[in-house]
Amino acid sequence: MSALFWIPAVVLVASALWTITASKPVYSVVALLVNFFALAVLFLSLSAEFLAMIQLIVYSGAILVLFLFVIALLSSGVAPISLGPNRLPRLTAPAVVVVLIVFGLVTAGVLSSHATPLPPSHSLASAGPAGTANVFGSVSDFGKALFTVYLLPFEITALVLMVAVIGVIMLAGDEAPYVATRARAEEVRKEMREAIAREGD
Amino acid sequence: MHLLPVPLADYTVLSTVMFLIGVCGVIVRRNPLIMLMSIELMFNAANLLFVTYARAWLNNAGHIFAFLVITVAAAEAAIGLAIVVIAFRSSERVDVDQVSALRG
Repeated sequence: MSALFWIPAVVLVASALWTITASKPVYSVVALLVNFFALAVLFLSLSAEFLAMIQLIVYSGAILVLFLFVIALLSSGVAPISLGPNRLPRLTAPAVVVVLIVFGLVTAGVLSSHATPLPPSHSLASAGPAGTANVFGSVSDFGKALFTVYLLPFEITALVLMVAVIGVIMLAGDEAPYVATRARAEEVRKEMREAIAREGD
Repeated sequence: MHLLPVPLADYTVLSTVMFLIGVCGVIVRRNPLIMLMSIELMFNAANLLFVTYARAWLNNAGHIFAFLVITVAAAEAAIGLAIVVIAFRSSERVDVDQVSALRG
């Protein structure tokens, strides 16, 4: 039990730190991939086998590939993504201090809290080893809950995804109305000046 | 009172560490892609906590909510990346400090 917790935990924290300190976004994506795999192992150790698979398929398979596409798109045609000057070096120390304070408070709270009595369980299944049928967290257990008790939130999820799809097409589609960059602003200003000059003639 | 079957404190502290690393990333980094990845880290920390307490209380609601969080994270990543693409399509440097005018 403890090796099953501590090894993924160390990998999780190390890869999270690698994600935010990597110099190039591609390295961050690789670190995030390692992070997601470690998290999937932790989900399995908590007998959430369906969520572990969803974590691998949706996060590693879809979201990270989206990140890779955007990185490839942004570095094509123009210069490769460079870091630029770090304009907020002064923020690093305060950020670390705030984080340590919050961490200390949360840890103190967790360690001083008592075990609470268990609330009534919605799950019909009992706990068992992951991978066997009809135990807590198995696909059938999850599916029964998702399509009976939690059917309405599941349907609203479809609406959220629909909004995302329409929003992305509105933002980045062919008819994208405005590109908010300095070069584009110069272009617009020049066109306006020319139009005014034409009106004058 | 039942004995909880998982070391709750360990998982809670691990989730807190991961969340705070994500907060640090959003505060310190200026690259919008890495900031979005830090937000994903925070989503995942919340998911870990949901799954931990679902297991501790043998209650499915945590699993369902983690599933919904994954969905919302996917939608957020798609829209955030679309904004990054239109904001930095024609610029050579990817830096959020560059986007100083947010007029439509």
